[in-house]
Order: sequence, then C-alpha cells, then structure tokens
Amino acid sequence: MTGALAAHDLSVRYETQHGAVHALRHVDIEAHPGEVIGIVGESGCGKSTLVTAMANLLPPNARIDGCISWNGVDLAKLDAHRQRLLRGDEIALVSQDPMTAFNPVLTIGDQLVDFQHHRRDLGRAQKRARIAAMLGRVGISDAERRMRSYPHELSGGMRQRVAIAAALLTDPGLLIADEPTTALDVTMEAQIIHLLRELRREYNGIIIVVSHHLGVIAELCDRVYVMYAGEVVEGGEVDAIFHDARHPYTQALLACDPARFHERLDRLPTIPGSLPNLTQPPSGCVYAPRCDRAFAPCNTIAPPLVKLSASHIARCHAVTTP
Amino acid sequence: MLAYAVKRIGLGLLILVLVMVAMYAAVFLVPGDPASVALGPRATPELKRLLIERMGLDQPVWWQIVEFFRNALTGNLGYDVWSNRPVSTLVMEALPNTLVLGLTALAVALLVGVPLGCLSVMRRGTLADAVIGVLSVGVIAVPSFVVAIYSLLLFAVTLRWLPAIGAGEAGDIASQARALVLPAAAIALGWIGYIARMVRASMMEVMGEPHIRTARSFGLPEWKIVSKYALRIAIIPTISLVAVGLGSILSSAVFVEAVFARPGIGKLITDAVNTRNYPVVMGTVLIMTTIYVSITIAADLLIARLDPRVRDVFRG
Repeated sequence: MTGALAAHDLSVRYETQHGAVHALRHVDIEAHPGEVIGIVGESGCGKSTLVTAMANLLPPNARIDGCISWNGVDLAKLDAHRQRLLRGDEIALVSQDPMTAFNPVLTIGDQLVDFQHHRRDLGRAQKRARIAAMLGRVGISDAERRMRSYPHELSGGMRQRVAIAAALLTDPGLLIADEPTTALDVTMEAQIIHLLRELRREYNGIIIVVSHHLGVIAELCDRVYVMYAGEVVEGGEVDAIFHDARHPYTQALLACDPARFHERLDRLPTIPGSLPNLTQPPSGCVYAPRCDRAFAPCNTIAPPLVKLSASHIARCHAVTTP
Repeated sequence: MLAYAVKRIGLGLLILVLVMVAMYAAVFLVPGDPASVALGPRATPELKRLLIERMGLDQPVWWQIVEFFRNALTGNLGYDVWSNRPVSTLVMEALPNTLVLGLTALAVALLVGVPLGCLSVMRRGTLADAVIGVLSVGVIAVPSFVVAIYSLLLFAVTLRWLPAIGAGEAGDIASQARALVLPAAAIALGWIGYIARMVRASMMEVMGEPHIRTARSFGLPEWKIVSKYALRIAIIPTISLVAVGLGSILSSAVFVEAVFARPGIGKLITDAVNTRNYPVVMGTVLIMTTIYVSITIAADLLIARLDPRVRDVFRG
C-alpha cells in the first residue's frame, strides 16, 4: 500500500500538572511514495513527538491540533480502533532502542508472528516462512534458529535488524525509523545504515528517518526537515540543506558537526544559550534568543515561512527569496 | 534447567531437616517431659517409664531426630499418644480435606484476582479501577476468621443456603462441594485483594516498558497485549507471592477449619497441640513443611519456565 503523507499546521501539546507543554507547533511537512525523509534536530526538539503522532502512539495526555493526512484520511481524527488497524498494517515503526523493543519472555519468532496479525489470510506456518525469508533479507543468517531465540540472546545490531525485519513484514506504506542507530556502536551503525540503503532500493513506500546525527540523515535521505523547539525551521533536498543551509539554526548545527571539520580544533563549537521553555513558547522566533543574526522583529513577530525554491523552505526573518 | 531443579530440591531437603531440628529443640526446651504431660500428674512411675521408652525420649535429642527421619523415610511417622493409631494414617485422613480447601481457595483467588488486576490496568484512572482498588484493600484488611464467622451466620444460619459445619457426606461430591463454598470463600477473599493489587502494580510497571509500545505499534489488540505480552512478565511476582502465601493460606485453614468444624490438618494440629500429642504434631508439621517446600520449588521452577532470563542465570 502506498500513499502520500502530509502534516498541515500540526500542533501537539502535552497536558501536565505544570501546564501544557507545546511540544509541536504549526508543523507542515509532506512526503511522497518512494521518498526517504529525514527529520533532524537536537534532543527535545519535537522530532519524536512528530513521528509518534504519525504512528498514532501519543500518550493519553497529548492533544492534537491540525491534521495528519495519510492517503487523504486525517489520522488525528480517527477513533482508537481505526488507528489501531492502520498500525502494523499501513504504518510501521522501528523504535529507538533495540535492546528494550522486544518482549523479553517471548521468542523472536513468536513476536514476529503476532506482529503480522493483520494478515488474516496467512496461516501460522506461512507467517513463519515469511519471517525466515525476511530475516535472511536483513542479513541474519541461521534464521530458523534465531526465531527460537529470546531477545536477550541476540546482540544489539542483530536486534535492530530484527526490528527492521518486523516492520518490513507488515509491508507498510509508511515506515518510520525513530533514531534507528542511536543505541548502537559505530560499526553497527554503519551496518544498519548500509542495510537501510539496500532496502530502500526495493521499497516503494515512504521512509521517515529521525536522527540527531547529521551523517545518518545525509547518507540515507532525499529530503530533510530541520526541527528546533517544536517547529520545523528549514526543509529541503539533502544537498540544499547540507550545502546551502539558509536558516541560522541549521547553519549553526552544521558548524557543530565534528565530521565536517576540515582541521583539528582545540574546542568543539557549540550553539550558545539553551532551548526555550516549551510551556510558554515565545511569540516571536523560537531561535531568536540564541541567534547571532536576530534583529528587531525576531523577538516579537513569528517569522514567515519563506519559500526559497520548489522544495527549499525556511522559517526566518533574515532569509529572503533570491 | 535440570541443575537448577536439583539445586532447588537439595535446598528444600535442607529446610525440612532444619524445621524438624527446630521442632525437636522446641519440645526439648518446653518444661516437663512430654510423657508426664501426656499422662497427667497421677501417672505411676512405671507407666511413665514405659511411655518414655516407647516414645524414645530416653535417647539423646539428636538420636531422636535421626530416628524420626529414618522412620519417616519408611512412611512411619510415629503413633498417636492417645489412640495409638499411626500418625501417617491420621494425616492421610485429614490432608485431602485441607488440600481441597486450600487449593480451591487459591484457585478462586487467582481466577478472580488476576482478571480484576488486569481490568484495573486496562481501565486505569476510571471508576472501575477505583472501586477494585478500594475493595481490594478492604478485603485484605478483614481477617479470614472474621469472614468465616459472619458468612457462617449469614449464609448458613440466617439464610440456610449452605451447610454450617462439616466437610459434607463422604462419597457425595455435591454435598462436599456445598460444604466447601463458605470456608473456601473465607480464605480466598483476602487473597483476591492481594492478588488484584499485586497484578495491578506489576502490570502497571510492565505496561510502561518499551516492548509494550512495540506491540502497540504493530496494532495488536489491547487485550492481547495485556494477556500475552504484559501478564507473562507481570504474573511472576504474583507467583512468588502465592507460593509464599500458601503457608499463610494453610495457617488460615487452621482457624477456618475450627470455625466450620471441618476435619482437616488445621483441626488435627490444633487438637494435637492442645493435648500435647507430640508425635502427631511432629508428623503433621513434617508433612505440611514438605508440601510447603514442594510448592515453593514448583513456583521457582514455573518462574524459570516463564522467564528465559531467570533460566539462563541459573544455567550450569
């Protein structure tokens, strides 16, 4: 099943005892079949909230405004039952930490059979055969034995492969990988990235990759959205973002990536200041307090979304159309 | 798994020996020898000497213990001081009644308590959750002999729905089942509360774990997540609780059997203690400890069966 995904003016807030936390504000993104979309930003920027909203897995204290349209259906307005029917069928999630993502007391095979429960047309033996084939495809040798293993008997990299296999088994139109390599060491990370690159060649749905790691995004994605403090501040083709970033935050973020240093530095560069308090988001630009190019309107007026090219957008007063 | 089982069983046997040593030490420390207590103040010295010899009380205590275990291995638990019947026969007559009572109570407690705990979690924060919570604490707080007396007054005396005393006619299952309802309910009630609380607490913890989110992200129905993915982990503390609690179930059987005048181990022990019938006390304690230790071992093995991580820790 393939289709288009779009979020329009999407806001999510969490109701807490200390007031509402506005984790996501007025987010607009879109993705088309065959595309790999990256979402990048530092911890707490709302990237996980965004994909959790797409997977309909927000906690009960979350309130959604705006719309998430999937194949013309607004996911935010579906009832819990219809949402559940989409999960694990059209929408699949590869979660953050492969160490804790699987049930520790059930075998891998047992869980992967259960995860195909939307496929009522298949018997148990057929489901197990699909698992064995899929485990082979993600590079796990000895699939039959691995299916009888418990999660703790597998290494972290192997579990992440199993998690990817589980998501692919459901044949989803939208595959969300939330920090797929964050919990892994560098070697495993490289292997998983390699695997995802392989897989995207034969997959024609949408893949969304969330990461705070710029390298992962650059390796895997066609387009990327940069998020800061619950807002999308810039979006565009990977080339445009990495070589022609226009938003001051994106520029600062790229300047801080050690992989891009050309010479040895005595100190790692940082962005001075800290994230704004999301219980009372500022009326102006969220990045203004930390921005070295901020001027008068930045503190009071919300910046417009500037369309720099067909796909390149930036939300900033200092950016002007060429 | 086998090495683990052998280890657990060896430990169980050690516990049995220690319990019996403690029992003999207690009898040894109680003032007055069992023979004169049993025979009363007006017994002749010859009679007393005869009984002392027959009970083996002239031997050193450690030898008495060795003899006790040697006899126990051949199925001989000694003789009732009063009726001279073998203790093993007395225990075997009383045991089925108590086991049926205890196991029925436990089964009822699990069958009601576990689903209530699950329901609490699935409806957390709602009125149903609050009602189950309050009722659970309420029934835990009421001692089983109080429930026994009031339920006896209400259902047996006032309403006359169920028999007040006894264990039912021998050979008549229906009458035995009717006699079982009130005593079993009296014991089970508090345990329903315990188990519901326990299941709710451990289930709440498990439901917050990331693998539950994974199961949800694949659209598994909530009942399946609760009953298969969460309960298998959340039930483990409850199994330990129930295994340990069986001791307290059997000891509450002592009161409940007294209230309902049910023949059983509880009644056998109470009567034997009251009449200083030490061979019966020793034999019954040995049997009860054996049952208790076996159940604890069974629970540990069941936990190892349910949780592969426990299995691996004890492997080798």
